[in-house]
Amino acid sequence: MTEWLKSVEPLTLKGQIAVPYTWWVGETGGRFMAALRDHRKILGTKCSSCKTVYVPARKSCGRCFIDMEEWVDIADEGVIQAYTIVHYGHPVQPAKPPFAYALIRLDGADVGFLHVIKKDLDRIKNGLRVKAKFRAERTGTILDIDSFELM
Amino acid sequence: MDKAAIVGVAQIKYERRKKDQIFADMVFDVTREALDDAGLTIHDVDNVVTVSNDFFDGRTISGMAVGDACGGQDKNISTVSGDGTFGAFYGLMRVLSGYKATIVVAHYKGSEGDINITTNGMFDPVFHRHLGIDAVSSAALQANAYMTRYGIREEDIAQVSVKNHGNAKNNPFAQLPMDITVNDVMKSRKIAEPLKLLDCCPISDGAAAVIIAGEDIAAKCRKKPVWVRGVAHCCEEYFLGDRDLSNPVALREAATRAYAMAGIRNPIEDIDVAEVLEPFSYMEPLWLEGLGFCEPGAGCSLITKGITVMGGKLPVNPSGGALSANPVLVAGLARLIEAALQVRGEAGARQVKNADTALAQGFNGPCGQSHCVWIISGTK
Amino acid sequence: MARRVAIVGTGQTYHKSHRPDVTSREMIKEAVSSALADAELTIRDIDAIVIGNMDHFESINYVDTYSVEGSGGVMKPIMKVTTGGTTGATVAIAAYYHVSSGFFDRVLAIGFEKNSESDTTGAIITCSDPVWDRFSYSGAIPSLATEATAYMEKYGATQEDAALIAERDRGHAMNNPYAHLRRPLTVADIMASPMLAYPIKLGDICPRSDGACAIVLAADGIAQKITGKPAWFKAAAVRHTYTWFGDSTDYNKGLVSMQRASKDAYAQAGITKPVDEIDVAELYLPYTWAGLKWIEDIGFCGPGEASKFVGDGHTHMGGKLPINPSGGVISTNCIGATALLRVAEAAIQVMGKGDTRQVPDVRNAIATGFGGCFWSDIVILSSERP
Repeated sequence: MTEWLKSVEPLTLKGQIAVPYTWWVGETGGRFMAALRDHRKILGTKCSSCKTVYVPARKSCGRCFIDMEEWVDIADEGVIQAYTIVHYGHPVQPAKPPFAYALIRLDGADVGFLHVIKKDLDRIKNGLRVKAKFRAERTGTILDIDSFELM
Repeated sequence: MDKAAIVGVAQIKYERRKKDQIFADMVFDVTREALDDAGLTIHDVDNVVTVSNDFFDGRTISGMAVGDACGGQDKNISTVSGDGTFGAFYGLMRVLSGYKATIVVAHYKGSEGDINITTNGMFDPVFHRHLGIDAVSSAALQANAYMTRYGIREEDIAQVSVKNHGNAKNNPFAQLPMDITVNDVMKSRKIAEPLKLLDCCPISDGAAAVIIAGEDIAAKCRKKPVWVRGVAHCCEEYFLGDRDLSNPVALREAATRAYAMAGIRNPIEDIDVAEVLEPFSYMEPLWLEGLGFCEPGAGCSLITKGITVMGGKLPVNPSGGALSANPVLVAGLARLIEAALQVRGEAGARQVKNADTALAQGFNGPCGQSHCVWIISGTK
Repeated sequence: MARRVAIVGTGQTYHKSHRPDVTSREMIKEAVSSALADAELTIRDIDAIVIGNMDHFESINYVDTYSVEGSGGVMKPIMKVTTGGTTGATVAIAAYYHVSSGFFDRVLAIGFEKNSESDTTGAIITCSDPVWDRFSYSGAIPSLATEATAYMEKYGATQEDAALIAERDRGHAMNNPYAHLRRPLTVADIMASPMLAYPIKLGDICPRSDGACAIVLAADGIAQKITGKPAWFKAAAVRHTYTWFGDSTDYNKGLVSMQRASKDAYAQAGITKPVDEIDVAELYLPYTWAGLKWIEDIGFCGPGEASKFVGDGHTHMGGKLPINPSGGVISTNCIGATALLRVAEAAIQVMGKGDTRQVPDVRNAIATGFGGCFWSDIVILSSERP
């Protein structure tokens, strides 16, 4: 290494990419979000080919590559398929740690639904039943469901 | 498929924070070293593939940072945004399309970004982004699904960390060579259950390069050519809830195709060493199951039985793997480079005896959604 | 040895300023479905997929894995390539190597962008080096404006000469049902539009669009069975020459990447007299001066001759080398799809599927991509199997 390199002070520049985003939810996602917001209801869509019921509602079935037309009411309760209790905090998270992420098989759906569990973390186990707790003030986001709670 | 070989490789030491080098500096170093390794000059290389990611680099068109540094001036150059194993595959395609030699370079600086935010960006902006899930917490969900399904204990996956950090002591490029015990892993700080600090990869800075060439160039290079025998990639569904996280079906499919190309019928017999991308300890056994080295659920027993340790029948990650250094994207290319060094017999203290056929694997997306599998060999 | 490759189907969305009805993933599926329908194939026939966009326009990391429900990538090989504005051409060329290398027989190439979801300039300025260029000289317009003034100074081209390019392309867009801006624009309209950075006025530059494009490529022997008139690849050339904007300050040299890429492409295709041998061009012209200066760099006319060449009507529909029958980038700009649209539109011309925008008897068509730091990609397609 050249001699002068040893005396160079490591300088940094601070910055961030500050780009505002406005994601279109789309018609299918829009109906799902409006049902959460206005009726505290969770909607799914069913593939006419493989019969899979997806939740949250999707416009098309990736497995069969066809659009789905059939809407299905999904229960606001179901069974924990997988979970993790998170011990690190970050501003992107919707809760202070510890809290849990869980994949929940809602009654009436064939796939897992990703959400958070904030209470009774010491009792969480796969196979336990949980129920959605809706927020009082709902704005049409996935966080209109505050969290799921053990039943 | 026509014949093509890896003829030059280079890595720089992976570190938590490379204060003295910008992307272009790192890439220039590995480009020059890979050329030296191959005994080629930049003029012998007629094609360039760079590997980078706009999120991780905090820059739109992240490839722009390194175009000159890798000799891209007046050459056919492109950028793969994804793991280095995918970038190398694109480089191979160009060679088999008639170019003489392609250099593939990858760079990453974990020290410059916020990995929770950038990997939160992998998730669906409408349904999942607001939940704050990221690479670590999604991996923990997969670990839970996998371990629950097969009754795997935390001590079982901790062995992977013990083995790989131990192997890293033989790898001069590794960031975290460590003598640790299962107990050390078990006592380390909980990150996202069941994952603890020592089940997780570090944040790393680094760069790597490979040169891939056709038969004519390969014959003239300085080092023993490492022939590409098979390579394939495959992607599964996106939403975590749509997937069976304990069954890596895309990896299984990619491996099946790569094995068919390479004429491998019984992977555990036909392959001498494997380098797999395991930023989290549980991933190594899960990927080994997907790669067909054992039955589903039996991945952890490969360590207990002494099969995947150094000196075993199929040493896995002699380099120390991604647990010992995880410059994202570069890490997959590092797996391929380490596998190539094994085939050459140039892996130094981490050399597996008589290694002739090696496997390298990398992936993109949360919980290994999209995998790429390489089979390379000293035999044409 | 490399296999011959052809485009056998194309698909695109009806491009608009906003697509509130669909997410990116759903919009991608529209283009893919329409490309598959055009080739009379199903997703099961597809062996691999290449996709690209610009991450910071939708803020989606790993769009290859994000998009699979729409791209058809579930349990298929999918790879993401991205090079800024050139992305669409980069995607097409990557798909070409997927096939020519012998690994895959039928490959989908996809480009898309939902520019309505972000602040396009806010995202694009981050392409400049964070230490050196980002504070001082960034975004698309300043560097292009500098290029334009250098060209005006050197050859005496006027703002009206440049405005004719937008008048032409916007006129052509009237023939393209997929185009985003389908209102004619005259030289006078452009001259009267607000000045952004001298000499670039609002009417001189491309819009921001939401849209997606997909093409299907197939190998020799398979392509002919899919369609009676495949669009064969004769050349694919790429030059991403600069790393720093400051390195490109010698604007008097012209667009060096285009000069080098076109030289490479013409050599691959065996073309010696581009104007005589090429029947139609779909060029990535993000602003009007590009339609003058860059057609010199690509060899359609000599240095300083573009104003007259265009003014004489040679590049209008019915001229000897029509440029942008689709309406070009001045009419539609969904950035990750933009350069792929050029390739797709060139293929449409070769395949004779251009309907009201069809140029008669197209044998050779050329498509370009522009982006990054004054980078150029070129594809030449032909009705003749090379």
